[in-house]
Amino acid sequence: MSQESIQTDILARLDTHGSIDDTAILPYASDLILGVLNSLLSKEILTYTAIKGEKWVLTSEGQEVASGGSPEVALFNLIPSDAGLAVADAQEQMGEKAKVAMSNAMSKKWLKKQGDQLLRAVDSVTDQVQADLIKIKETGAFGDARVLQDYKRRKLCSAEKITSYSVQKGERFTTNVQKEATEITAEMLRTGEWKGQTFKKYNFNAAGVQVRGGHLHPLMKVREEFRQIFFELGFEEMPTNQFVESSFWNFDALFQPQQHPARDMHDTFFLKDPAVAGEMPKDYVERVKHVHSKGGYGSIGYGYDWKYSEAEKLILRTHTTAVSSYMLYKLAQEARANKEFRPVKYFSIDRVFRNETVDATHLAEFHQIEGVIADRGATLGDLIGILYNFFRKLGIEKLRFKPAYNPYTEPSLEIFSWHTGFKKWVEIGNSGMFRPEMLRPLGLPEDVSVIAWGLSLERPTMIKYSIDNIRELLGHKVDLEMVMTNPICRLDKKMGREI
Amino acid sequence: MPTVNVFKDVLFKALGREYSTEQFEELCFEYGIELEDETSEQEMVKKEQGEEKAKGKSNRGIYRIDVPANRYDLLCAEGLSRALKVYVGNAKPPVYKLVQPAGGKVQKVTVLPETAQIRPHLVCAVLRGITFDQDTYDSFIELQDKLHNNICRKRTLVAIGTHDLDTLKGPFTYEALAPTNIKFVPLNQTKEMNAEELMTFYESDRKLSKFLHIIRDSPVYPVIYDSNRTVLSLPPIINSNHSKIALETKNVFIECTATDITKARVVLNTIVAMFSQYCAEPFTVEPVEIATPNSTSTHRTPDISSRTVEATVGYINKSIGIHITADEVVRYLAKMSLSATLSSSRKSVSVSVPITRSDILHACDVMEDVAIAYGFNKIAKTVPRSITVGAPFPLNKLADFVRRELALSGYTEVLPLILCSHDENYEWLRRKDNGEAVKLANPQTIEFQVVRTSLIQGVLKTISSNKAVALPIKVFEVSDVVFKDESRERKSRNQRNMCVVFASKTSAFETVHGILDRIMAMLNVKLVSPDAAQDGYFIRESDNPTYFPGRCAEVVHKALSIGHLGIVHPEVLQKFEVPFPCTALEINIEPFL
Repeated sequence: MSQESIQTDILARLDTHGSIDDTAILPYASDLILGVLNSLLSKEILTYTAIKGEKWVLTSEGQEVASGGSPEVALFNLIPSDAGLAVADAQEQMGEKAKVAMSNAMSKKWLKKQGDQLLRAVDSVTDQVQADLIKIKETGAFGDARVLQDYKRRKLCSAEKITSYSVQKGERFTTNVQKEATEITAEMLRTGEWKGQTFKKYNFNAAGVQVRGGHLHPLMKVREEFRQIFFELGFEEMPTNQFVESSFWNFDALFQPQQHPARDMHDTFFLKDPAVAGEMPKDYVERVKHVHSKGGYGSIGYGYDWKYSEAEKLILRTHTTAVSSYMLYKLAQEARANKEFRPVKYFSIDRVFRNETVDATHLAEFHQIEGVIADRGATLGDLIGILYNFFRKLGIEKLRFKPAYNPYTEPSLEIFSWHTGFKKWVEIGNSGMFRPEMLRPLGLPEDVSVIAWGLSLERPTMIKYSIDNIRELLGHKVDLEMVMTNPICRLDKKMGREI
Repeated sequence: MPTVNVFKDVLFKALGREYSTEQFEELCFEYGIELEDETSEQEMVKKEQGEEKAKGKSNRGIYRIDVPANRYDLLCAEGLSRALKVYVGNAKPPVYKLVQPAGGKVQKVTVLPETAQIRPHLVCAVLRGITFDQDTYDSFIELQDKLHNNICRKRTLVAIGTHDLDTLKGPFTYEALAPTNIKFVPLNQTKEMNAEELMTFYESDRKLSKFLHIIRDSPVYPVIYDSNRTVLSLPPIINSNHSKIALETKNVFIECTATDITKARVVLNTIVAMFSQYCAEPFTVEPVEIATPNSTSTHRTPDISSRTVEATVGYINKSIGIHITADEVVRYLAKMSLSATLSSSRKSVSVSVPITRSDILHACDVMEDVAIAYGFNKIAKTVPRSITVGAPFPLNKLADFVRRELALSGYTEVLPLILCSHDENYEWLRRKDNGEAVKLANPQTIEFQVVRTSLIQGVLKTISSNKAVALPIKVFEVSDVVFKDESRERKSRNQRNMCVVFASKTSAFETVHGILDRIMAMLNVKLVSPDAAQDGYFIRESDNPTYFPGRCAEVVHKALSIGHLGIVHPEVLQKFEVPFPCTALEINIEPFL
């Protein structure tokens, strides 16, 4: 039966009777009916309510009885009216049904037993069971519940849950259903057909079609946000496209003593090829050597034997501050040449390298964010003030500063912010004023002070995107789906998934 | 950052009051140390060795406190509680004093010239009439451990030996002898051995084996003897059993041997400053006379005279950005255990730096202490006055434009690592090592042997670990590769490359070629014919082992090859475990700056 003819039938019945009390009377499968009803419902041609009911159906055994008769009648008919039948013969002829047939026939007193012979006790029998089952099959019901239970026990029939429907006319009832369109076509516009056309009701709960476009990496989206903040605050980006650095610019220039643990093989990648740097600015190297070993500019220095052979070792930069120290050196050169110092604000966001054991929070590479301000008379209060400005743009209002130690800054301040989720202060970065032992050998005027801060790019990104393993963010093991599905980052807005 | 364990009761007694955890945390934060954990011996043993072992251990409360790496004076309970006690205004810092021994004759050590070959420096001191209890004795041992691990750089720079002076007879000699000529019973052993045997004996010792390398290959080992030729120690490895100190020890002889004399002095000063507290006369130390090699002169150690650092009040105020009076400066410094006197003009302070504060090198360190005592979080927030103009680094700006165009063209950005294995950079790409890559000397794994000279391997690795993603996989990276460059100070240079890979069921040369054309169009670079003398780009067939023969072209811009595009060679795909055809493009984008 086609969907269309069922639809025609239902609409005709509704047209005639005004309603259909129970679709169970229709000769169609329940799922077909439902399909038609739903289609007409969406067009508001009809409405319906479901009727939950029960229907008795025959089991396969019941079907057999309904078509071929019950085993007890079959047994009765086997026995001649004038003679007996041996039990063994009955069993042989009826097989496994013999047992149930004998027990039923005996309890109905149709048969009697003499020795091993079965004899008729009545002249004729009618097959009431067959008649009942035929009735059940046709109507799905039976008047006498006790009989039904008995047949159920005999596994001849069982109850089945069914749903049928009570159907009423809808607001836009018609027997003439027009085919609905889903989309407006160019053809419709051309012919004006769209005016008379009915359109399929749109399911606004369905998902939109998935977009397959290009995607930027979440870490780079966060980088973009930080860059933007620096630009807004008037910072100039430093050229950090130099991964290989000499120990000199990375450590010595920053007044980091040569025996400092950070310069250990365990923390720093040293190079095999090329292994040592070329010529470094001679005068400056001499000044750095002096301030380390003997002091100067009001400092007593570290009082150790400073070695050029240690300074010229090439490494992969362990921080972008190596670039900052070089930029400040160039700034000092410029100031000397122009006889005028130019205040600067510098920033960078780029890769740094640490020879660390890789785990969920450590990689041998990560991105460092760094801000540096060199100005005459810049103060610790300025540093704290600019940090408030910077972090406010990240949506962080509550800051606290803890005294810390760093070989090239004094004072050194660890930056803590209040974590509303953890309900405690968490460290979010480091900052400080560069030491005179670092600045004065560079040749910067004495009243120029330099304030700086740094943080990692990965940590805020992981917090923003709720990623707890850094390897799922950076490196070749990232899931491309993660790159494709992660939202844009607005550092000043809550994303709702922050750790 | 080193961590120091301090008993809460000891600390609270010193501070003169009890603190709640929050209160103590706050105090630590303001002072610049960090309360890391609140625990007990029982809990610590439980964590490390299980509940069974922890039974019967003490549950006396312990604070685990992180201290800054340059504050050796905070490495033990004595120093930490002393500093906090002064900070909260509960005490004045101690004044350390040198005293002569009762008989007037100080201990003497002669340093023999041979020691110059191996461990040239020695400083010594004596603590008289000391009274240890179990806590202070443990603390004494632990401080030596902490110093060894930090400032002494695992005993390479300085090694400390402490001895029961009453078991020894001066004068002493510091010598350097052939290992087989040194014989003694090492600490907590019963058998005498020579130094060579001792090296073998301690090879399997978990704690000591890591120090053996410091002297092992030297023809002579450093050793200290008393006048009876009794060995005190074989620095930096072990002391002798003979002179070992115990709870009952009254007179302690301290020797520090070193390769760095400045650090040796700091270490010795730290120990005497911390533990002279328990001497018969607290904060007194007895000097030792050191006769140096090749010299008739002698000097005495330790030098506990305090240094003076001058700082003007103006400098302090201007650096911090506050306005406090000279008297306030003095008062704040006192909180930080620094005694300062005002100059007659009241414009500067003269700070007498005690032996515990080797971290003070310059007036800026004094300024910091004023800032800490004032309170970092009370400093008024200001902003730098100078106006500056923001600007991007031009190469980054270019790279960001290229990245955006690639994403707009339907490609997804990946960020593989910059370090890779030698194989990934060469053999797997069917390239010969032409010596242009920067090679690492000390990587912990073979994953990191070279700095990449191309981006393609990282992009292929990313595809390999994303095989389940629906095809086609369209990815890109714009980042730096590094080449050796003899002409530069750092002997190398970065180069900004762009790499695009298209992975699908079939190779797709035209698709990737299309991306090249698109990016060039967006960079306003014209496609020119190979023989025209115009500025622009074109591609021409080329051989590159990474790509499939006959399906590889080089990209030429202004007559220079700037990279390649082509179908990735199946052997390359096999190495990177990529099961579908890939077509790639990699070019240097710096010419478009």
